[in-house]
Amino acid sequence: MATPTDRKRPTLRPQGRPAPKLIFGDLWEYDPAPETADPKLKPRYELFINGRWVAPASGRYFDSINPANETKLAEFALGGTADVDAAYRAAQRAFTTVWGRMPGGERAKYLFRIARLLQDRAREFAVAETLDSGKPIKESRDFDVPMAAAHFFYHAGWADKLDYVAPGRKVAPLGVVGQVVPWNFPLLMLAWKIAPALAMGNCVVIKPATNTPLTALKLAEIFQDAGLPPGVVNVITGPGSTGGAIMAHPTAAKIAFTGSTEVGKTIMRSVAGTDKRMTMELGGKAANIVFDDAPLDQAVEGIVNGIFFNQGEVCCAGSRLLVQESVARLVVGKLRNRLRVLRVGNPLDKNTDVGAIVSRDQLNTIQAYLKAGVEEGAVMWQPPCRLPPKGFFMPPTIFTGVTQSHRIAREEIFGPVLAILTFRTVEEAVEKANNTAYGLSAGVWTDKGSRILKLSTELKAGVIWANTFNKFDPASPFGGYKESGFGREGGRQGLLDYCKLT
Amino acid sequence: MTRLPITKTPKVYVGGAFIRSESARTFPLQDAAGNFFANIPQCTRKDLRNAVEAAAKAGPGWAKRTAYNRGQIIYRLAEMLEARRADMGDALAVGGATRAAAAKEITATIDRLIHYAGWADKYEQVLGSVNPVASPHFNFTVTEPMGIIGLLAPDEAPLLALVSLLAPVITSGNTVVALASTARPYPAIVLGEMLATSDLPGGVVNLLTGFRKDIVPTMATHAHLRAIGGVANAAERHTLKLGAVESVKRVKLHPAEEPVDWFSAKAQGLYEIRDFVEFKTTWHPIGA
Repeated sequence: MATPTDRKRPTLRPQGRPAPKLIFGDLWEYDPAPETADPKLKPRYELFINGRWVAPASGRYFDSINPANETKLAEFALGGTADVDAAYRAAQRAFTTVWGRMPGGERAKYLFRIARLLQDRAREFAVAETLDSGKPIKESRDFDVPMAAAHFFYHAGWADKLDYVAPGRKVAPLGVVGQVVPWNFPLLMLAWKIAPALAMGNCVVIKPATNTPLTALKLAEIFQDAGLPPGVVNVITGPGSTGGAIMAHPTAAKIAFTGSTEVGKTIMRSVAGTDKRMTMELGGKAANIVFDDAPLDQAVEGIVNGIFFNQGEVCCAGSRLLVQESVARLVVGKLRNRLRVLRVGNPLDKNTDVGAIVSRDQLNTIQAYLKAGVEEGAVMWQPPCRLPPKGFFMPPTIFTGVTQSHRIAREEIFGPVLAILTFRTVEEAVEKANNTAYGLSAGVWTDKGSRILKLSTELKAGVIWANTFNKFDPASPFGGYKESGFGREGGRQGLLDYCKLT
Repeated sequence: MTRLPITKTPKVYVGGAFIRSESARTFPLQDAAGNFFANIPQCTRKDLRNAVEAAAKAGPGWAKRTAYNRGQIIYRLAEMLEARRADMGDALAVGGATRAAAAKEITATIDRLIHYAGWADKYEQVLGSVNPVASPHFNFTVTEPMGIIGLLAPDEAPLLALVSLLAPVITSGNTVVALASTARPYPAIVLGEMLATSDLPGGVVNLLTGFRKDIVPTMATHAHLRAIGGVANAAERHTLKLGAVESVKRVKLHPAEEPVDWFSAKAQGLYEIRDFVEFKTTWHPIGA
């Protein structure tokens, strides 16, 4: 049984007792290893409308801060309805005069160019993303930015092959698409939204999250460098109400939203009286199911990746661990050992595993859930770790003794908080996994192939990770069942949500 | 002395049984000449809820049938309709169709069923995919039925439109709760009798008659309906979309202002099936 004892430095060990596990985290101090690339920030960013930098009609700006040290990064234009109108006018003009009628092969070349220019400036973008969002540099460097470039590259190739998107039918672009993206993967979500829309011949009005607008404007610089025709993509920064104006704008033929289920529902209500098309990528409460025959060490890595990747601020995070009762103590023990060596701290440090929470509000939300978890009777455990004195940090947290009725097992926390439940049979695992209003993703860990296929059939979720977790690819459709939203992003299936059949 | 014929009491087909409305309400239906024809069940929200329950019971079994089996059952539906053309012709005539028009509609309906019978074991091969991800994983996307689907049939082509709406939905393993045309409900009653004698398991298709105002609000908000399809006017679409929000239902409605040509080949096909499936993507590492 690998239940860790309360560790002290392994000194003065009495004779005859087994050596404690070697846990690197408390044996060595790590020297700082900060990433030093220049993020090339401007002090102030304007709106990007019709291919130009435009001051907001309000004349007002807001600050974006670095959540790791609470210092101001830059200021951003406070866009409002007048700016949204201007953006839609520009997008509609670009659609009817240029982009909607351009041969697909030419559109493709712009998208390829954007992918290449993003790759050229990858490190700069990674640092900017980490500064703005608090995510570890190793994630922005190895995941967010390369994956964003991959999305443009993948969709570029579709632009002249649209006859193959819907076999038997011809497709046509919809017009102008309004898009609102969240703060957890700011650049990557822009790529997920913009690339398929443009490949299909649509034009875009997009708003990045209020907390994380930086890489959207830097991406707009790339659009300029790529020579993308004015108005094809328009970037509006501002508060949530500006996002609401983008979603409800009469010119929008389609809207695409990624964010919380709560805001998604508000948007759906606001456009219920219209015939706009919609895709919604909303919240999740994924079950990560570990059977007793699973390769447990790999499973533990998968659990850690599932819930602590990007500080758990992931809609498809594996926030509910369902572990088979016979191996529950063993798995939880291994998990605790693993968490002791996760490094929480400066997101710019190349060794950091868990960075900063995006904002004080989000940190407060997560802390309220920790309180609720304890109050409802679950047992909380956090590894000992030193948090930086400033900034919004949260140690990785697990709860055992969780039941299905606990809020921490039902509600999306969007933080590094894992609720651990147990099960005995396959049927019980499926029932508990599906006992949620959400249905975005699920994980299964077992050595038995037929069981994987049974679970991948019976789990009501749009993405099933078997013996892996949190994997993404532009060729792989992503999206949810039930209250996790509708429509898919990525792959041929995702493209079909950006066109009409003629 | 002429024999007085026995008239049929119309009942709706729900859960594989023929029932009258729980509300005990009916509405009188006149035939094309304006004479009293029969009292039609005026189904209300309670009947809708019961029908959803019946559909929920039938759902898992129907979804687990092999695609080949679902195809054969839908083909059998077509056989039943072909064999009982005369009955259905009479039913359409009640709604004012000429003999020629009724025959045309029945023929188109049979052909539509044959079309979808053939799709049952093919749509997956066209809609699904194996995806070339840039990592050592096997990654594939399949479709799954959404679950219970609510359908609103229009008054035009009361048989053909109803079947055109429900056939693609059940082809992929969904179950259906449909409200038939209010103005011309009788073909749906007769269709229920044909469904009952086909091999379609009870509860897979549940047909209600009645008024839209009684059904639409509950259809909009019923959390167990995963999607809503069919034809609706602007006010109904608004109600349905608003009601759909809380349970994030999928809403795939034809606007009543832009009538569909149900006889056209464009009113059938793969994308009618696609509207009511979910895509599921599975990843697995490739390794030893």
